[in-house]
Amino acid sequence: MSHTLSTLAYLVSSVLFILALKGLSHPSTSRRGNLMGMIGMAIAILATLATPGMRAGGIGLIIAGLAIGGGIGAVIANRIQMTSLPQLVAAFHSLVGLAAVFVAAAALYAPQSFGIGTPGNIHGQSLVEMSLGLAIGAITFSGSVIAFAKLDGRMSGAPILFKGQHLLNAALGVLLLVLIGIFVATGGPTGLFWLIAILSFALGFLLIIPIGGADMPVVVSMLNSYSGWAAAGIGFTIGNLLLIVTGALVGASGAILSYIMCKGMNRSILNVLLGGFGAEAGGAAAAGGPAQPARPVKSGSPEDAAYIMKNAGKVIIVPGYGMAVAQAQQVVREMADLLKKEGATVEYAIHPVAGRMPGHMNVLLAEANVPYDDVHELEEINPEFAEADVAYVIGANDVTNPAAKTDKTSPIYGMPILDVDRAKTVFFVKRGMSSGYAGVENELFFRDNTMMLFGDAKKVTQQIVQALQK
Amino acid sequence: MNAEELALRAQAMAERAMALAMEARAAAGEAMPAIEHGAAAAEPFLLLLTIFLLACFVGYHVVWSVTPALHSPLMGVTNAISSVIVVGAMLATGLGESWLAQAFGFLAVTLAAVNIFGGFLVTRRMLAMFQRKG
Repeated sequence: MSHTLSTLAYLVSSVLFILALKGLSHPSTSRRGNLMGMIGMAIAILATLATPGMRAGGIGLIIAGLAIGGGIGAVIANRIQMTSLPQLVAAFHSLVGLAAVFVAAAALYAPQSFGIGTPGNIHGQSLVEMSLGLAIGAITFSGSVIAFAKLDGRMSGAPILFKGQHLLNAALGVLLLVLIGIFVATGGPTGLFWLIAILSFALGFLLIIPIGGADMPVVVSMLNSYSGWAAAGIGFTIGNLLLIVTGALVGASGAILSYIMCKGMNRSILNVLLGGFGAEAGGAAAAGGPAQPARPVKSGSPEDAAYIMKNAGKVIIVPGYGMAVAQAQQVVREMADLLKKEGATVEYAIHPVAGRMPGHMNVLLAEANVPYDDVHELEEINPEFAEADVAYVIGANDVTNPAAKTDKTSPIYGMPILDVDRAKTVFFVKRGMSSGYAGVENELFFRDNTMMLFGDAKKVTQQIVQALQK
Repeated sequence: MNAEELALRAQAMAERAMALAMEARAAAGEAMPAIEHGAAAAEPFLLLLTIFLLACFVGYHVVWSVTPALHSPLMGVTNAISSVIVVGAMLATGLGESWLAQAFGFLAVTLAAVNIFGGFLVTRRMLAMFQRKG
């Protein structure tokens, strides 16, 4: 295939990738969008295979690599549980990062393959692009590995903090830039290339360890963005339009998702990245805890809740990550079905940071066969709480805390919340009185219209279902 | 003004127009190499940078139009397409200019393939759940 033809094929792929993202604007067009993405990728791979000068042995290796990797990917994709989706995505990001490192290395050892010079004599500008692709790729790799370990519970989600952490990171960052400068100035020696790689791996590791487990949605989105920038960096290195366009699309997408997640917590991206959020707030709560006298709360049985819900006209369910941990989504839907049979309207309210990655809760509800028309975002559903007879909060806490609106000293002040307190009756399914992730006591527990349902999310809901069936 | 005079004037004008056209062509001929030279001198890097920035804007607008309910599938798809880096890996492997580059290329092809298949298939699984029921 001539250069013009392959460039055209890459252009078609780019357009198909854009349409793949565009398709996600509505569930009804999303499957076709995903298909377009697949076709775009197939075209890109075929066009590359048809590049003039490809050797038979090389093509054999490529096909072997595609078959091995593809087989592993397909098996993982079909076996993964939807609750483990965030760690899967983190793991996949790490692979893109590592692949970027390897492609940069390949470009270093065989620059003539990409028309950027000869070994030891690579164009200066290509060296700049190569080292940027390498550094971003390496940071994406090690950062994603840490994010994966934290999300998968292989490593404590608690922030790891030590003295002079930010100073060390800043120093490493500056050192990295200096090394890249020397690398380019000295014509790209291989030793320096691998030194940059190692330093970037260390930096990615150090950047993510201080970030707490519950901030991982932001981290995963951010690493999504990085993986895009890494692809774009490699695209510049090897002068490939498709890589540049796709990298920009993915980079923009991850950046927007990070922004949405930060806004959902009313925190700046810098505040999240500097880390230590869970640790500080937890400490403050522990210190302030014993001084406060125990306040009375109203608690009830699942039967009481079932009785009230049976007579409700409108019920809004507020699921949080706790629901997913308890695997209660299926039984929650059963409860909703029974209530609908009693003539109630049932809706679901999703906070932007519910779950462990953007949109995670929507997927979990969809898996439990909840119709997506019943599931609403924060801005959409908040005015409806005032008309609701019952708000059923299951596995969520901080995102319902009115202190975010009233208490300026609260660490969650300013965070957008779901206005569950406006409902006539609020049921709170919770194991005990412990505070949420932010370490703040929820004002809502002590309100007159709140009834606590203590126990495991799944068991309590099951008991409500049984009571409703009677 | 009689017809003969008019014809003469018209002829004179036509001749002048002709001369002007010739001049313009000559000027264009002179300018052409200069334009070609300019285009060649404009670094290909600037062209790539232009495309990159425009693609950032396209990405920005397209992604804001994605419904929040599908943000997880969005991550799945972006994950899969960012593995288009496989193109670079394939070139390194297939052109086989150095065995080391070929080895790195092969590893990168394998890693990217995990992502391509895994990313698209897990997204397909997610999206299958978002069918309208009933």
